[in-house]
Amino acid sequence: MGVPLLEVHEVSRLFPVRGTRRWLHAVDGVSLSVMPGECVGLVGESGCGKSTLVRLIARLLDPTGGRIVFDGRDIGTVPAWRFARAAERAWIQMVFQDPVDSLNPRFTAFDTIADPLRRLGVAPERPRLRDRVWEAADLVGLSRELLGRFPHQLSGGQQQRVAIARAIAVRPRLLLLDEPTSALDVSVQVVILHLLADLQQKLGMTYLFVSHDLNLVRLLSNRVLVMYCGRIVEAGPAEAVFNRPDHPYTRALLSAVPVVDPGERRPRIRLAGEPRSPVEPPATVCRFYGRCPEGFERCEREMPALRPIDRDHQVACHLFESRPGTTLGE
Amino acid sequence: MRQLLRHGRYVLTENRLTLGAFALLLVFVGLALVGPWIAPYDPLATAAAHKLEPPSRAHWFGTDHVGRDILSRVIVATRLDLAIALSAVALSFVLGSVAGACAGFFGGWTERVVSRLVDTIMAFPLFVLAMGIIAAVGTSVVNIIYATAIINFPFYARLARAEVNVRREAGFVEAARLSGNSSARILAAHLFPNCLPPMTVQASLNMGWAILNSAGLSFIGLGVRPPTPEWGIMVADGSAFMVSGEWWIAFFPGLALMLAVFCFNLLGDAVRDLIDPRRRT
Repeated sequence: MGVPLLEVHEVSRLFPVRGTRRWLHAVDGVSLSVMPGECVGLVGESGCGKSTLVRLIARLLDPTGGRIVFDGRDIGTVPAWRFARAAERAWIQMVFQDPVDSLNPRFTAFDTIADPLRRLGVAPERPRLRDRVWEAADLVGLSRELLGRFPHQLSGGQQQRVAIARAIAVRPRLLLLDEPTSALDVSVQVVILHLLADLQQKLGMTYLFVSHDLNLVRLLSNRVLVMYCGRIVEAGPAEAVFNRPDHPYTRALLSAVPVVDPGERRPRIRLAGEPRSPVEPPATVCRFYGRCPEGFERCEREMPALRPIDRDHQVACHLFESRPGTTLGE
Repeated sequence: MRQLLRHGRYVLTENRLTLGAFALLLVFVGLALVGPWIAPYDPLATAAAHKLEPPSRAHWFGTDHVGRDILSRVIVATRLDLAIALSAVALSFVLGSVAGACAGFFGGWTERVVSRLVDTIMAFPLFVLAMGIIAAVGTSVVNIIYATAIINFPFYARLARAEVNVRREAGFVEAARLSGNSSARILAAHLFPNCLPPMTVQASLNMGWAILNSAGLSFIGLGVRPPTPEWGIMVADGSAFMVSGEWWIAFFPGLALMLAVFCFNLLGDAVRDLIDPRRRT
């Protein structure tokens, strides 16, 4: 195995809860690594901390603790407001969920795509700048006539193409995709997804793909991380996680995916109750305990750590600790 | 640029009222520019023989108690009234939007300082505050401008703060950060242009109010000094003669005031249509 492009060590982010002295643990001790050229999917229900984690990696937010290492350099220590001028800024870019929100309504498509090129000094001057903008527009399949338009004059799919063009114009090495298709029509979703897959091939980018739509993740990702309540509960190759999910939460999540074949009957795992509050959760209790269909008394005494159960496949659950082969890789 | 002109024509022709207001604005601006040359009489020349004459062929708007031609005075006063209002609005627009935008974007102590300043100004009846400021620093045209700017400051500061605040967390702000923009640049180049439509509407509506305000100050004797032609003083001069039936002395400068306020209020809406790209088709 080579050197990971991105390594996140025990990173966490707390937010103060308004009106109290308590802290909300949005991301709590997450470690992950992403290899160059990979597409890693990050799944989990809403509010589990996916977006916060992605914004920590994008260096839009400062981590409360832990390290973020990009290409061998610790970028977590540079405060977010100063990161705009860091050399790594162009290497980590992001596509947001809602293009209506992520495109400045007063910028034409051209200006939107040109902004990072100008600001990051890739192509500050006119003829070169125009070439780079055209090149980015061609890559995302946006016709050049549309470059003079404002966001409200574009369709949803065209808007998201502009947003993607802006992100790839500076040739990032890591592209963070924060539910890039969930605000789009279903027909457009597929087109954008194919475009993203194409671009990864063409430009050799590494993707971190966030979604709550498991089918999309399955389509695009090599590796999957499952997040629950601020922590990663299962990590492994997409095939392994989807075909043989181990963590009770992943199993429940996958059993909720609608099946195409109406004749096929699968046991549906229904979860009872609400997820635990992320406000100062007890550090010694498994986050899934109480909702977990298989929880036992140890889960209340000890937080399970992420442990390998197979090559590349890790699960944070006490159920798998006594299994043979647990020590693999340790 | 050509697109902007075409859009401007569209905004004007789409709504007759807007077109009327725009025409009225052109008249006022024209009078402000060339007023002294087209006024039929010297606005300061008194003529005891012609005092208190009602409107006639020779004096369209009549004459006042010392025989000065009202029409000439109304025309010549346009420049001073518009200049005071425009300077005051420009000053409070700039100061208010910078302070308000910073408060809305950075929060923390910036926001506390600006909010308390705004609260302090708003705690007074604004016209009385303007009177107080002028009484304290002395009566001059520049001081009228400062006083009017100070009492208008809260409206711009509050509007800019609110407009920036709702957009602070928007996706395009995060995207701008990813694109390598500094905080100051995000505020100036990405956020502030998005706040311009409501701010310009506010400025245009405020123009009318500023005209009224400076005229009001002159009316109570705290503004421009007589015999300088100014609508507010002229209304004040004429008010004494209203009861004895010489209505034209106060009526015509009052009409000019009303039309000016009316014109700027109508233009507010037109300016918003012009400046907001979402209205562009």
